[in-house]
Amino acid sequence: MTVKQAIAVTVNGKQYQREVEPRLTLADFLRHEINLTGTHLGCEHGVCGACTILLNGLSTRSCLTFAVQAHGQEVTTIEGLAEPDGTLSPLQQAMAENHALQCGFCTPGMLITLTELLRDDPNPDDAKIRETLTGNLCRCTGYSGIVAAARQVAKGGRGIAGD
Amino acid sequence: MGAKQFGARVKRLEDPALLVGSGQYTDDIKLPGTLHAAFVRSPHAAATLRGIDVDAALALPGVRAVFTAKDLPPAMSKMRMPQLVPNAAMQTIRTQHCLVVDEICHVGQAVAVVLADSQYIAEDGVDRVQVDYDVRQAVNDVRDAVKPGSPLVHPDLGSNIVAASPMAYGDVDAAFANAKHVFTEHIWQHRGGGNALEARAILANYDLMNDMLTVWSATQVPHTTRRMIAELMGRNLDQIRVIAPDVGGGFGPKATMYCEDTVIAQIAMQLRRPIKWTEDRREHFLCATQERDQYWDVSIAVDDDGRIIGVRGHLLHDSGAYLPWGIIMPYIAATTMPGPYVIPAYRLDMTVVFTNKVPTTPVRGAGRPQAVFAMERLMDRVARELKLDPSEVRRRNFIQPEQMPYPVGLVFRDGKPLVYDSGDYPKCQEAALKLSRYQDFKPRQAEALEQGRYIGIGIANYVEGTGLGPFEGVTVRVLPNGKVRVITGATNQGQGTRTTLSQIVADAVGCSMEDIVMTLGDTAAIANGLGAFASRQAVNAGSSARIAGLEVRKQILRVAARSLGVPEEQIDLEDGWAISRSGNRQSISFGRLSFASQGMPGFSMEPGDSVGLEHTAFYMPPQAAYCSGTHVAEVEVDVGTGAVKVVNYVVAHDCGTVINPLIVDGQVQGGVAHGIGNALLEWMQYDENAQPITVTFADYLMPMATDVPDCVIEHVETPCPLNPIGAKGAGEGGTIPAAAAIIAAVENALSPFAVFFADTPLVPERIVSALTTANAYRRRHAQK
Repeated sequence: MTVKQAIAVTVNGKQYQREVEPRLTLADFLRHEINLTGTHLGCEHGVCGACTILLNGLSTRSCLTFAVQAHGQEVTTIEGLAEPDGTLSPLQQAMAENHALQCGFCTPGMLITLTELLRDDPNPDDAKIRETLTGNLCRCTGYSGIVAAARQVAKGGRGIAGD
Repeated sequence: MGAKQFGARVKRLEDPALLVGSGQYTDDIKLPGTLHAAFVRSPHAAATLRGIDVDAALALPGVRAVFTAKDLPPAMSKMRMPQLVPNAAMQTIRTQHCLVVDEICHVGQAVAVVLADSQYIAEDGVDRVQVDYDVRQAVNDVRDAVKPGSPLVHPDLGSNIVAASPMAYGDVDAAFANAKHVFTEHIWQHRGGGNALEARAILANYDLMNDMLTVWSATQVPHTTRRMIAELMGRNLDQIRVIAPDVGGGFGPKATMYCEDTVIAQIAMQLRRPIKWTEDRREHFLCATQERDQYWDVSIAVDDDGRIIGVRGHLLHDSGAYLPWGIIMPYIAATTMPGPYVIPAYRLDMTVVFTNKVPTTPVRGAGRPQAVFAMERLMDRVARELKLDPSEVRRRNFIQPEQMPYPVGLVFRDGKPLVYDSGDYPKCQEAALKLSRYQDFKPRQAEALEQGRYIGIGIANYVEGTGLGPFEGVTVRVLPNGKVRVITGATNQGQGTRTTLSQIVADAVGCSMEDIVMTLGDTAAIANGLGAFASRQAVNAGSSARIAGLEVRKQILRVAARSLGVPEEQIDLEDGWAISRSGNRQSISFGRLSFASQGMPGFSMEPGDSVGLEHTAFYMPPQAAYCSGTHVAEVEVDVGTGAVKVVNYVVAHDCGTVINPLIVDGQVQGGVAHGIGNALLEWMQYDENAQPITVTFADYLMPMATDVPDCVIEHVETPCPLNPIGAKGAGEGGTIPAAAAIIAAVENALSPFAVFFADTPLVPERIVSALTTANAYRRRHAQK
């Protein structure tokens, strides 16, 4: 077996120190080393986008990233999107209001991708929302509710969904 | 009855947990001491297993065991997987062994399984297992498999033919002999997959203290899975518990019995360790069942007005290597083809054939998309040949609402005469045409053409047998703390089953949705169940929920009347309270009543009382419910690249009474997306040796957010008269006619070039090729 390496990764604001094999993916690190199973694996070859997380604020496939690459970096997962008191983010609320999820398996990736989009462009049009979502597959919803959720947050700016 | 939830646009109860990442899918469940499994799979489509050498794998640190067929109990290793739906027309019921004994009939068949401390080491172990194969010639194309001298998928059977039988009524030969017009189409529907975003997954644990084997499985059908495991292991049914936790999509392939389920369960017992297996996407492409893959040669006979006199033809169905679901896809296809039209005489001969590919089993639609595609292609052909509008040809042939219930003349897959229970087909088409601005389309199309843009419109109608039995059960029980426990064998892979059943029970019992606690898909909670297939859960479980809820309501009123000292008729049940309508509105909580319903130690119960506030109902539908609808697709085709964009999509459908419009809209929209995939993108390809060549999402294209428009949806509700809630089914109707409508629209867009299509998927290269053959580019160039 390969020699393990010590890494320290900040996930959702909390630092985790583990010894891991260099071949361990970041997705498996999140899911099985620190038990944050909200990040899902749908294809493990970087197409479906279910495993998308934010690495230093940038959307990243955690199935194609090694855990050791995240050493010293900051990761945000679906578990880190709500407020500390449990209040859902405006996007999370909008997803529920617009039936943007059915089985929920692609949902972590959808949330991360759209969180990044709405942070960088608070008012994207439909075409931009859809183009951005091409990196995330959903088999259940036909995307309509997901686009509607993003549109709802975009229209209102931050904090609209609860208003 | 309090706030009425049934029919309301209620937000889903499933969402809060899934939105924060706290769902529990099978691979999320952690048990200490778990070993991880990885399967050794055949790289050949046809081979005989000569030998397996596992020593190098076992020598790897962290590998704890390797199982081959010889390491399973002898009885189990010799048995074949259960056959779910036998049919008298089948000449064989061949299914597979749990692990390969000798015959290998498709790429990916499980030969051995490595158990290790981690998934990574298990996969290392797989690479070190040496397997000696004697490779045979495979047959890939079903049209080759029926030819004399074809390689045999199962040499011992002597033939590749599974079944050859007709589906017929009326004198079709006479109809054709006297017909003014006969048109023939040759149609092919590709093979595709369910491709739920969560692939299959299993976790099995044997608890010695309770002698209980628990299996968590990403399945649509936990009770059926339990029955299969019990049969193969020779174990008492009730000492196996199968749980479907959160499941990341189903779409049919997760309703199949797979060898991995039993193998993992057996190894957990033998090794006394929890065993987990999570399928990866490549395995899903190789081993999860697929569908469509049919060749149709069909003819339609019509009079001068385009009225149908008869339909006849032949359907060739590729079963793949085994028959886990028997021949139900071609059977459903053959009985779905007549659809909403009056067809005086009909005969479809179906031939079902083995090939060296993974078996076909129902995928969202289950034979119906193929049948609707065949029928609607014929209708478009009639329109074209007789120079009638496609909507008009359909209108002239519709079964009229006053003809309901309408006997088609066939026997459906439920074993009962095919009798449409209700529906208004002309109304659905009218609604869809209006919403799609069909009447203005021709001028819009002409205008676009002047700008060099090719837009087209297409219509497709369907009737879908849904809500199949035999039953689904629901228990409703008031708990002493006032909560209402609902238990069902129905399952949830995204359909919002928990939400819809909660709506029904809340109304029936008189409690809030928040007070309902639900157990779905757990065989320990309810003795019998089926699960999700055939758009059946709203009909079956929904009806049971209503029946059980109303029975518990009666029990509550009885005990409440005694407790409050007022007649039952003067009590309202609201938000978990029984409230007297008279006097100072005395009230008592459901929790207190639950307590009271248990009697007192030593005292006799009141005559007529039941024990506890609890009832279990098993609704058994007398026959299928038939939903229906019309889809109108508008597309724009780039004649340079062959790219098709679906620019507008209208659905007017009748799934009976709508329980939750939010959820039904979502089912329709998602179904259409799947249909767009079938029509234009998804194509499971194999080479001539039956070697799969599209085994990643980069090769097998799924619809993306830019491929699927927001559908315009209208619910045309004619309540089903057969069940207490009037529901039909809504899970598959979005998919069924989509390919037919889209291909018709593409053809319409390209009408200046007179190119015609009868196959799916219609990928860009085929459009360009057809346009090239039609000399379209030279003509366009000349025009410029």
